[in-house]
Amino acid sequence: MSFILNEEETMLRDGAQQFLAEEAPVTALRHLRDSGDPVGFSRELWAAMAGMGWCGILVSEDHGGVDMGCAAAGLVLEQIGRNLTASPFLSTAVMGASAFKLAGTDAQKAAWLPKIAAGETVIALALDERARHNPTHIKTRAVKDGNGFRLTGAKKHVVNGAGADLLIVAARTEDDRIHLFAVSPGAAGVTRTPRRTLDSHVPADISFDDVKLDGDALLGGAEDSEAAYRHLLDIGRAAQAAEALGVGQKAFDMTLDYLREREQFGVAIGTFQGLQHRAAHLYGELELARSLVRRALTTLDTQPSQAPLWCAAAKAKATAVSRLSTSEGIQMFGGVGMTDEYDIGLYYKRAQAAGEFLGDDAFNAGEVARLSGY
Amino acid sequence: MSLDAFRTETRAWLEANCPASMRHPIASEADICWGGRRWTFASEDQKLWLERMVEKGWTVPTWPKEYGGAGLSKEEAFVLKEEMKAIKARSPLDSFGIWMLGPALLKYGTHEQKLEHLPPIARGEIRWCQGYSEPGAGSDLASLRTRGVLQGDHYTVTGQKVWTSYADQSDWIFALVRTEADAPKHLGISFLLIDMDQPGVTTKPIKLISGKSPFCETFLDDARALVANRLGKAGQGWEIAKYLLSHERAGIVSEAAFGGLNPVTAAYQSGEVDETGRLTDPILRGDVARLTIDGLAFEATLRRTKEEGDHGEGVGARASMLKYVGTELNKRRHALNMAALGTDGLLWEGDKPGDGDPAKAWLRSRANSIEGGTSEVQLNIVAKRVLNLPGA
Repeated sequence: MSFILNEEETMLRDGAQQFLAEEAPVTALRHLRDSGDPVGFSRELWAAMAGMGWCGILVSEDHGGVDMGCAAAGLVLEQIGRNLTASPFLSTAVMGASAFKLAGTDAQKAAWLPKIAAGETVIALALDERARHNPTHIKTRAVKDGNGFRLTGAKKHVVNGAGADLLIVAARTEDDRIHLFAVSPGAAGVTRTPRRTLDSHVPADISFDDVKLDGDALLGGAEDSEAAYRHLLDIGRAAQAAEALGVGQKAFDMTLDYLREREQFGVAIGTFQGLQHRAAHLYGELELARSLVRRALTTLDTQPSQAPLWCAAAKAKATAVSRLSTSEGIQMFGGVGMTDEYDIGLYYKRAQAAGEFLGDDAFNAGEVARLSGY
Repeated sequence: MSLDAFRTETRAWLEANCPASMRHPIASEADICWGGRRWTFASEDQKLWLERMVEKGWTVPTWPKEYGGAGLSKEEAFVLKEEMKAIKARSPLDSFGIWMLGPALLKYGTHEQKLEHLPPIARGEIRWCQGYSEPGAGSDLASLRTRGVLQGDHYTVTGQKVWTSYADQSDWIFALVRTEADAPKHLGISFLLIDMDQPGVTTKPIKLISGKSPFCETFLDDARALVANRLGKAGQGWEIAKYLLSHERAGIVSEAAFGGLNPVTAAYQSGEVDETGRLTDPILRGDVARLTIDGLAFEATLRRTKEEGDHGEGVGARASMLKYVGTELNKRRHALNMAALGTDGLLWEGDKPGDGDPAKAWLRSRANSIEGGTSEVQLNIVAKRVLNLPGA
């Protein structure tokens, strides 16, 4: 485990930086928003990301991936955050691939992982049923029916839910244990209600009304399905934290530029100590968040048993810091920071939405307390 | 020797040589061995432990052998630290000579100066204190007015220093002195090593809100300092002081990270946990959780900074960020410790050992963000040197 990027990681980061700044900058998000895109991301971009090899970043070479690990995925996510890139990378290449790796049977892995790596499928995770993240509040039921199951329940705010080709659904079986199921959104009884959210993404509320599933819809390869589910959440938290870090860092960089350029009272406003101290404080907070994010991701790769605490801490910190960075950005930009023309407000909105995914800072602080034994 | 072999050998040596009574973490000031001409050992074991470690050069493991160290690599020194920690072996010797003056001497001293001053530091024979701040020169340290007049082979030094920790128990003082009266303020300061065993040097302890303190006022009245005991060139003192302050900050920072104080332990003492071990007050629990998160973040950031340093990326002014974050974190830790203790934390003195310690430590922690450069000075440095903001 190291905080220093190796050569491969440095190349990946530099490549992601260049590619996303050219192919998926903030103007691309504005275009999706202003054109009223029904799913909130671009299939062409997704295909191009697959061409970069990113879709298989967690997929083994046997299954057509490059298998670089969570720390590497975090580097791409940070750049996604910096550019406010709308894409199903986190839900598909990170969490979708992880769901199959952690809980899939060999046959399921062989069927789905190559598709993920090739960018041929978009996956969404249908987990939460309440407005605030609560991973144990799962009322959706999968009842045994012949060789298959009948699925009934309602999921809230499924990220990328409007455009997904496949849903990974958390549901309780008759023994009351949580399992993951792979469900086609086109199956009879599945209803998707898209939600347009403040960050111009299009998640969906999805209901399952007695949906008939084949037996192999159950991701049945894990010894302990609930442990696999929890581990999947940890991966998602660290990954989302990495994106939030990128959002916060870019907002900070933009704000610093503005402090140097904007003049009032005949001087750059960055000369004022009142703003300098806030910027310097923010710098420290971003550095703390950066260390936790990297620590959580490398721990997932090298000592997964130690990961839950670091992932919760990273998610809590990155959520709080990206919110602070973007809100301080608006304040320091002043009036223009409130306008739609300036990008800083878009960063503020994304920080809020990313913060809610798999638990905000308050939720994850609670996890840290629980995992620390107090 | 490979690191693994070094680890095995170190483990065996420590096992054979660290006295049992030295295998407890330092619990209070009374457990620390500071050394010096006037030092009286707290126990035979304390003396024995120091002697054995001195023999190995392990009081200052990375210093060259000729100056009293063991010439260990950074990696070997880290292994030694880990192995000491594994058996809870306490540090055999702590001193400002080791933490602050030593690194400055190694960087700026002549071979003769190193030979004269480093081995007595390594052996715990000479205890040093730091003469920086003055009544009129706190955050604006470079405005200091203690004056040194060159007279042949020595300077005659006159002025007053304040916040000189343990000056009343120290043998020598390293001091910033204005020797170049006509030079611009940052360029007129020299770094002088002054023997305190002379009539021109007197000290007086300062009492703080936390009670008795190690801080003193130090009065220099025609004190003599040999030119041979000037570190660096005349007027180079400010540069050396800045270098040394970064070591002081590193010391304060590592205390903040590894202080060991835990509000959860305090809550057990005051009975504020339920039968499952959960803190009973949910809001306090949340505050403690956010402290835990920032503690983990700070620990990871220190580790990252170290790796980046080893990797050749300069730490530089980022040390100011670490100092700011670390000291503010430590203050929060103490404040939450007091909150978890409730009224038990208000005790000032009592019959049991340790009575009154939490309150005194809490009060003392308030100085963390003042000493070694205030938080506000650190933020100024970050704004100017890290963020490159204009006009700072």
